[in-house]
Amino acid sequence: MLYAILCYHDEDVVMSWSKAEDEAVLAKRKRVQKEFIERGKMGPAIRLVPTTGATTLRASGNEQLVLDGPFAETKEQLLGFYLVDCENLDEVVDFAKRMKEGESCTFEIRPVQIFEKGVLPEEVKVAS
Amino acid sequence: MTDLAWIETALTGARPQAMGALLRYFRDLDRAEEAFQEACLRAMKTWPVKGPPRDPAAWLIFVGRNAALDSVRRDSRNTALPPDELISDLGDAEADMAERLDDSHYRDDILRLMFICCHPDLPATQQVALALRIVSGLSVREIANAFLVNEKAMEQRITRAKRRVSEADVPFAAPDAVDRAERLAAVAAMIYLIFNEGYSASGGEVHVREPLCEEAIRLARLLLRLFPAEPEIMGLLALMLLQHARTAARLDAEGNIVLLEDQDRGLWNRDKITEGLALVDKAMRHRKPGPYQVQAAIAALHARAAKPEDTDWQEINLLYQMLERLQPSPIVRLNRAVAVFKLQGAEAALLLVDPLKDRLSGYFYFHGVRGALLMELGRDREAHIAFDKAISLARTPAEAAHIRQHIDRLIAEGKAKAKSA
Repeated sequence: MLYAILCYHDEDVVMSWSKAEDEAVLAKRKRVQKEFIERGKMGPAIRLVPTTGATTLRASGNEQLVLDGPFAETKEQLLGFYLVDCENLDEVVDFAKRMKEGESCTFEIRPVQIFEKGVLPEEVKVAS
Repeated sequence: MTDLAWIETALTGARPQAMGALLRYFRDLDRAEEAFQEACLRAMKTWPVKGPPRDPAAWLIFVGRNAALDSVRRDSRNTALPPDELISDLGDAEADMAERLDDSHYRDDILRLMFICCHPDLPATQQVALALRIVSGLSVREIANAFLVNEKAMEQRITRAKRRVSEADVPFAAPDAVDRAERLAAVAAMIYLIFNEGYSASGGEVHVREPLCEEAIRLARLLLRLFPAEPEIMGLLALMLLQHARTAARLDAEGNIVLLEDQDRGLWNRDKITEGLALVDKAMRHRKPGPYQVQAAIAALHARAAKPEDTDWQEINLLYQMLERLQPSPIVRLNRAVAVFKLQGAEAALLLVDPLKDRLSGYFYFHGVRGALLMELGRDREAHIAFDKAISLARTPAEAAHIRQHIDRLIAEGKAKAKSA
């Protein structure tokens, strides 16, 4: 079964991490992922650009409204997610626990389905 | 992260909101600061035991306000403070507080706090010092180090700024629409000043002071979250991200300056570039160009080029022309000359540069660019003079060393020519 592990945290807190702290978190997560990568269970890790980069389309009567943001209404923002292939919820919970160790973020685990496979090439340029 | 490290980052994140609210309450910078300090001390004691509160800013405002009121009462009546456990067991009170602190409140508080630091009566250096102290919470020592003055001088600068602010009639009402637009521009300029101080250090041994750049970026993010539909604030944040993304490539292992076209683009920070490009894109949709957006668009064209020869100089030249219309300045003209050099050669560029002599004669980059153009044209003797002038105006050893390389090259080429002749 495919699962998305959604990472939520207060953007203010994450943004005030120093580079060293940020790297320490990523390095620890990488160590946990290693085994999953070797066993072919690890999908892409997606990092979302901060919410200041967001644009929202909303319906307003018959019009499409384009808004800058989500607005800072909630304390926790969706910052990114991992896609993993696990046997069952126990396995993904265990994996997510190890990834989260020592961190104050929140992980939400959601089973996903590939709805459309899409046509993006394997190597998608990040900034094009 | 350890408890304490997490708490410290939470305190940093909550600082502008909490300081803003405390300032609204007490209308006094020193008292607001003391209240915030006290609240932080209690957070350090309480949070590791009870866990972090749901809304750290609301907690700090509530506890800070009570602590300051207690200290006023204690001064007058000499009664003992209630024990920490009582104060920190806020329960519903904190939740109530959070309810009342809606986003619009936060927004005005933070803006007011930033605006006070940008008070028009204060010289720019005091604005920046005050903002770093009050909004960012850097210690006087840290700010003094960043600006290369001694701690005592910086302390005086900040004290003077605070006194001016308290003497001036600072409006505490929520700013109206016109005020807000004006304030926003002043606040944006102050943030960019902080960034530039970090990006291109105005003196001393260190050429780049990253923490100042990062603090400016943090403040711009905060501002953009308060005003998510302001294209110029998107532009400002994008500009700083795109410039800061190059930090790791700007100096070599020996600390020498590496010019944009010689930089190892693999060292550029992709996360910052992605975010910067997204913001430029977003800003452009508004069709309300401003100086920050145009500069960000120029930085974006550099960031998009995988190799220096892929750079779209035509577009950069057009953007500089647009910037000259929005914000005419000899420095913009000087920058445009570099694009003209790439498109039409050194002769055409020199025609743009030479008339700037009177206004830019004291500017390091003017002589550096002029020297490089003259060298390109084979006018070595004049180039040498321009480079000497640049060295005399260099503000950091890295700048001086960079120009010295050009001079060494001139001398080496001169010798080679003499030999082959």
